[in-house]
Amino acid sequence: MAKKDQRMSETETEEEETEAESMSESESGSEEQKQESKGGGIDYIMSLPDVPRNLPPHVELQRTRVFANIDAPTHTDSIQYSGAFVSVGLDNSFRLDQFRNNFRVEVIRFSDDGMDMEFDMIGIDPALANAFRRILIAEVPTMAIEKVFIANNTSLIQDEVLAHRLGLIPISIDPRLFEYAENNAPNERNTIVFKLHVQCAKDVEEEKGQSKKKEKEKEKKVPPRITVKAKDLKWLPKGSEFYLESEDSNSNSTSKLKTYTSFTCSQDSLPEFSNNKIGFKEPLDDINIARLGPGQVVLLEEIEDEDAETLKKKCPVGVFDIEDIANGRKRLTVAQPRACTLCRECIRGGEEWEKRVSLRRVKDHFIFTIESTGALPPEVLFTEAVKILESKCERVISELS
Amino acid sequence: MDPPPEQVNYICGDCGMENTLKPGDVIQCRECGYRILYKKRTRRIVQYEAR
Repeated sequence: MAKKDQRMSETETEEEETEAESMSESESGSEEQKQESKGGGIDYIMSLPDVPRNLPPHVELQRTRVFANIDAPTHTDSIQYSGAFVSVGLDNSFRLDQFRNNFRVEVIRFSDDGMDMEFDMIGIDPALANAFRRILIAEVPTMAIEKVFIANNTSLIQDEVLAHRLGLIPISIDPRLFEYAENNAPNERNTIVFKLHVQCAKDVEEEKGQSKKKEKEKEKKVPPRITVKAKDLKWLPKGSEFYLESEDSNSNSTSKLKTYTSFTCSQDSLPEFSNNKIGFKEPLDDINIARLGPGQVVLLEEIEDEDAETLKKKCPVGVFDIEDIANGRKRLTVAQPRACTLCRECIRGGEEWEKRVSLRRVKDHFIFTIESTGALPPEVLFTEAVKILESKCERVISELS
Repeated sequence: MDPPPEQVNYICGDCGMENTLKPGDVIQCRECGYRILYKKRTRRIVQYEAR
């Protein structure tokens, strides 16, 4: 038992040291320069082999990682205070050029239809990454139906419900071509008009009832019904076809009747409308815009044979894989660390598993998954989000100055 | 400004007969005397918020 523990601690420290080294490489460079400039006694002290240059490995680990323990996540906060590590001679202040050097964006996946992408943002504060996430969700404009004028609705769906559901249809039109309608009168710069006119033919079976399937339906006395889909919406480039009532009641004047949306010119010329490709895109299993950085599942000791099999089965997203080593033995490896959802299923089931597996997340590494509804490609959506944050910052600066 | 009071059409809940009522009329079907009448859907265009 004692032997086992020793081996565990060895592997753990090894792991931590390599991590700590990699994380603080950039810092040590600037540290050296600073010490040289000071010169004198401190220089001598710092050159001694025993004096630590960097944070001790366990502190470095706590600074850069979130630990997902069985009961609760620990070390979740990012350390902001510039003098947090002053006692070990480290400057923790934020530097813009350092951020510029460390910040990376890595595109991981780009779907074939170009409407779905996954990328990593590395070296950014959680607050900023979260700002991008929230702007993407709530502030990047997209086109949707806002006002519904219903002339007649004899369907089973109530007017309000129908209007609400129409509002959920994503419309593939570049919103940057338009202005916000707000309370302005609708015109061709802020409004597009669609018409939904569908009718369920009463004797559709008599007309097309040749096929066997239709005959079967007939036997069952299924009332005729149709499914109305987004493609039934027809775009009206010349504006609404509903005339305003006041104009309608006035005797037929020769001037053009006013409709609910009076367009001064047709929207035919706008190329984005050419194929009227409004529609619905099949969503992925889950849409997560941003999640905390790569699932780092660290095996604190080597897990072999039967235990490896059980642990591989435990993980619902398949983080682990088994590789064959010599003598027909099997060893567990962390094959898909990005897939980890921090479900903690692998550390459930007693202390023996807690001691063997450690779930961690890198604090400044964020995985963004952007799925577009089809109007704008995801990379454009993200740049729009950046622009929105930029304009917000500019507004704050102008308010302060 | 308001147009003169229109005659409103109602449908009898019992026999389905169409009744026209003016303000002040007794609410009763002329055909069968049933006292539940249903108002027809307005022919005006109704505006909804798609929310």
